[in-house]
Amino acid sequence: MSAPSLPAFCLRLVRRQLVLAVRRPVEILNPLLFFAMVVALFPLGLGPDPKSLASFAAGTLWIIALLSNLLTSDTIFRGDYDDGSLEQLLLAPQPLYFSVLAYLGAHWLLTGVSLALISPLFALMLNLPLEALPALVASLLLGSGVMSLVGGVGAALTVGLKRGGMLISLLILPLYMPVLIFGSAAVRAAAQGFPAGPQLAILGAMFCLAIALAPLATAAGLRISIDA
Amino acid sequence: MFGGLSFDICPGQLVQIEGANGAGKTSLLRILAGLSRYGFEGRVERHAPLLYLGHQPAVKAMLTPRENLAWHVAGEADFGAAAIDAALARVGLYGYEDVPSHALSAGQHRRVSLARLYLSNSPLWLLDEPFTAIDVDGVAALEERKAAHVAAGGAVVFTSHQPMRGNYNVRRLCLRRGLL
Repeated sequence: MSAPSLPAFCLRLVRRQLVLAVRRPVEILNPLLFFAMVVALFPLGLGPDPKSLASFAAGTLWIIALLSNLLTSDTIFRGDYDDGSLEQLLLAPQPLYFSVLAYLGAHWLLTGVSLALISPLFALMLNLPLEALPALVASLLLGSGVMSLVGGVGAALTVGLKRGGMLISLLILPLYMPVLIFGSAAVRAAAQGFPAGPQLAILGAMFCLAIALAPLATAAGLRISIDA
Repeated sequence: MFGGLSFDICPGQLVQIEGANGAGKTSLLRILAGLSRYGFEGRVERHAPLLYLGHQPAVKAMLTPRENLAWHVAGEADFGAAAIDAALARVGLYGYEDVPSHALSAGQHRRVSLARLYLSNSPLWLLDEPFTAIDVDGVAALEERKAAHVAAGGAVVFTSHQPMRGNYNVRRLCLRRGLL
């Protein structure tokens, strides 16, 4: 018997994370529910005028997506740290870079992708122009990928702390800013009839950079946290 | 915590690390495993793949024992369903293969993680308090398994306060006030 190949091991990890999430659907539904709740609050606070709602819709949707991602990033490694699985993952013969990538990929599928796919529904609630919907979904798909990857770094560094929630926000929120700027700019541009390509391209570049670098930092963070 | 420590662990050795609470047994084991690397000065040379079982059993409550072993994060081989069922039967979990682990007791969680001792082909085992929450029969079976592994050319390092019950050839490392 030899160790499984790297892709097989990563697929095993992703599948394990997805099964775990499906058996605790609260963790998937919570961010979506948060999103729905806050979207429902905005017309109450800003007034129900469709025009003013539409002018705020792009930024509003993106800020809520960012916050709901922030809420869940704390949990990426928490359970595995508490039950000892994280130690075992660190001792696995496969490079930690790819194991971490599998964990963050699973987190992205569960939070970012599900949110991006359901976001047109919320966008209609805020009267976002229909032609901006493709840009919204695309920007959320790319942007949430960056946020999951960057959030993983914060999660890895704070997983050893009992109450890391606030600290993780302080650590990673500044790194979310460029994503928020270009993500909401893409949706605004599309809503005003301009092409959203340039902003999406920059988001794509950020995504590539995050895939290359974030797992390195996350792996190092996990080694430090498990050592403490 | 301790200093001046130097030892080899050779194939065929069964090593028990003893010491009072807080003497550094777990820390030593974690250094040997490579989990603690920033806090100590020294060198650990590893020449064989190792299997480490820590304080926490690394069992997911939402997975069944079978899934816990099949999808284990330790990155070992795909064991196959038959081998996993056989290993679970050896640790006394026959009939519990598909029960969600949150319905199992602490001792049974420990047994799920100990089932890896029947699956793994790592020559070096590092076991941190492997007898915790295990009943008398389980301890005897575990001792037998360790002895068999050592007889087959493997090596076992474990921490425990209790001496082994059976008559085995155990090398003892006693940590007292940071000395050996």
